[in-house]
Amino acid sequence: MNWHRVWAVARTDLRQLAKSRDYWLPLGLLAALFFVVVPIVALNVVASAQSSQVVNQIGTVLETLPLTIQENIQGDTPEARAAFAIAVYLLAPIAVVVPLTIAAAVGSNTIVGERERGTGEFLAHSPITERELYAGKLLAALIPGYGATLIGFGVYSLLVNLIVGPRLGGWFFPTTGWWVLILWVVPPAIAIALSLIVRISARVQSAAAAQQAASLVSLPVIVIAYATASGLVYDPARTGLITGLIAWTIAYVGLASGSRSLRREILLGIGIKRPKRVSVPKR
Amino acid sequence: MRDTAISFTRVGRSFGSIDAVQDLDLDIQPGSVAVLLGPNGAGKTTTVRLATGALQADAGTIKILGMDPRIDGNEIRRISGVVPPKAAFYDRLTGLENLQFAAKLWELGPTAPIESAAERFDIGHALDQEVGGYSTGMRTRLALARAILHDPTILLLDEPTAGLDPESARAVLDLIRDMAGKGRTIVMCTHLLHEAEGIADQVVLMNEGHAWVAGHPDHLAEQYWRDNRVHFDAEDRTDLSILSNLDGVVSATFNGHVTAELDNLDRLPDIVATLVAGGARLTRVEPIQPTLEALYFEMQRHRRGEKDEVRS
Repeated sequence: MNWHRVWAVARTDLRQLAKSRDYWLPLGLLAALFFVVVPIVALNVVASAQSSQVVNQIGTVLETLPLTIQENIQGDTPEARAAFAIAVYLLAPIAVVVPLTIAAAVGSNTIVGERERGTGEFLAHSPITERELYAGKLLAALIPGYGATLIGFGVYSLLVNLIVGPRLGGWFFPTTGWWVLILWVVPPAIAIALSLIVRISARVQSAAAAQQAASLVSLPVIVIAYATASGLVYDPARTGLITGLIAWTIAYVGLASGSRSLRREILLGIGIKRPKRVSVPKR
Repeated sequence: MRDTAISFTRVGRSFGSIDAVQDLDLDIQPGSVAVLLGPNGAGKTTTVRLATGALQADAGTIKILGMDPRIDGNEIRRISGVVPPKAAFYDRLTGLENLQFAAKLWELGPTAPIESAAERFDIGHALDQEVGGYSTGMRTRLALARAILHDPTILLLDEPTAGLDPESARAVLDLIRDMAGKGRTIVMCTHLLHEAEGIADQVVLMNEGHAWVAGHPDHLAEQYWRDNRVHFDAEDRTDLSILSNLDGVVSATFNGHVTAELDNLDRLPDIVATLVAGGARLTRVEPIQPTLEALYFEMQRHRRGEKDEVRS
């Protein structure tokens, strides 16, 4: 594997993405919505609610949780405990939804985009190997997805500490669970989704079809990751590490088989199922 | 020791029920210019793709400088330059960024001759512009620059002049002459016959996935050209009026100069001697040479005749 070539492919895709404002702007807004707007609204509502019905309802929900989890919830007042619970537990899935959505949007266009532009022919005649191309395309989709997550995570941490921190006696975020989630679970979750999406991108006829199919495939991955993310932050040491391990294993298998499935002929549009020609009946 | 740069032996490749290339035999010598002629769908593009290993053959053997594309595909692609029929680029990137990307794929390092390659095709002034704003001619010039960036040993051009203005088309033909002068092996696919005129060391007539006829244009002309017409002219054209009465002259037409059809070109020296003996001061004696276009259609007609004979 020649990593110079891999990086060249990834950088070329990223450069194009950076110059396509109409493409990255909605994705950036999505990240901002989940990591900034929703947390600000949710945390401010709770933090300023003062023993309102909302706080009581959250308090009731928290009381139903196992004792071990209840003991981890910080805060001396019901408002502080509710704000802590929202910041740490209820908003955890955004860390998964955002990168998967961005990576799916970028990844779905990778191979089919080369074919639609005609640059697939150039790549097919170049000395790059199929594995190098696959790795480059994967990186090109993973970097914006995971990059947006890291930036969003940083901003989110700042917001949480600024809004909720004063009620808990100082900065408390990120918690261990969030570190595990961001550094150990999210990367393989993106890789799993991308292993499917890049494969789809190689198989379909158009970018539009690839995006439709990618949405369909990434949806169950998002749902699973969403559910897992909520759960693992309660028990980062065991659930988080085990979940990550399983995700890395699945990602490895998916990526290995995905790289083998990318053939040079696919870049030329050969081996793609095309609709049958409709014969016009003679008059 | 190998004696061919590109060798196809009974190569076949089909797409579903369509045989794109079938029992294709092809030998192209090192340092020569081979022109693959044929209508759309003749199998020219598939042949180029098979040569670099972008496509795998279903049957037969391919050797490129002694290497098998199935085994040494990356090495073959490393020493090959391809100009595809559609000059495709990353439109949001500049010409420079597109060439830099190619340089990285070929591992040319920081000394890649990007500027000089662009200048050679008169596209250097537009390197900082996004390729999306390039005209068709500019895109083709950039594709040519990209194809020669790594100084390829084998250059494969697939319909490189399609849709080009005359100036850009000339740049393509100049490139071919220049690379041929450096001893590179060149294959050009085209259905525009006049392009192959004067540059081809070997013409391969392809149709329905076969190489019907192959050879040097002069040899093919000898084999297939049946035109015995000769142009004559003289200081005093009335001296040529006896032409139609001479032995071996089937007919003579006077149209500014005189065009005579002979029953056999071997009679030409005797006819010239007779005219000179009669006092004619000849200024032109020129057997009509076939253009490649005329030769192409003659070869097509000949092959169809052979096929019809086999059928009947």
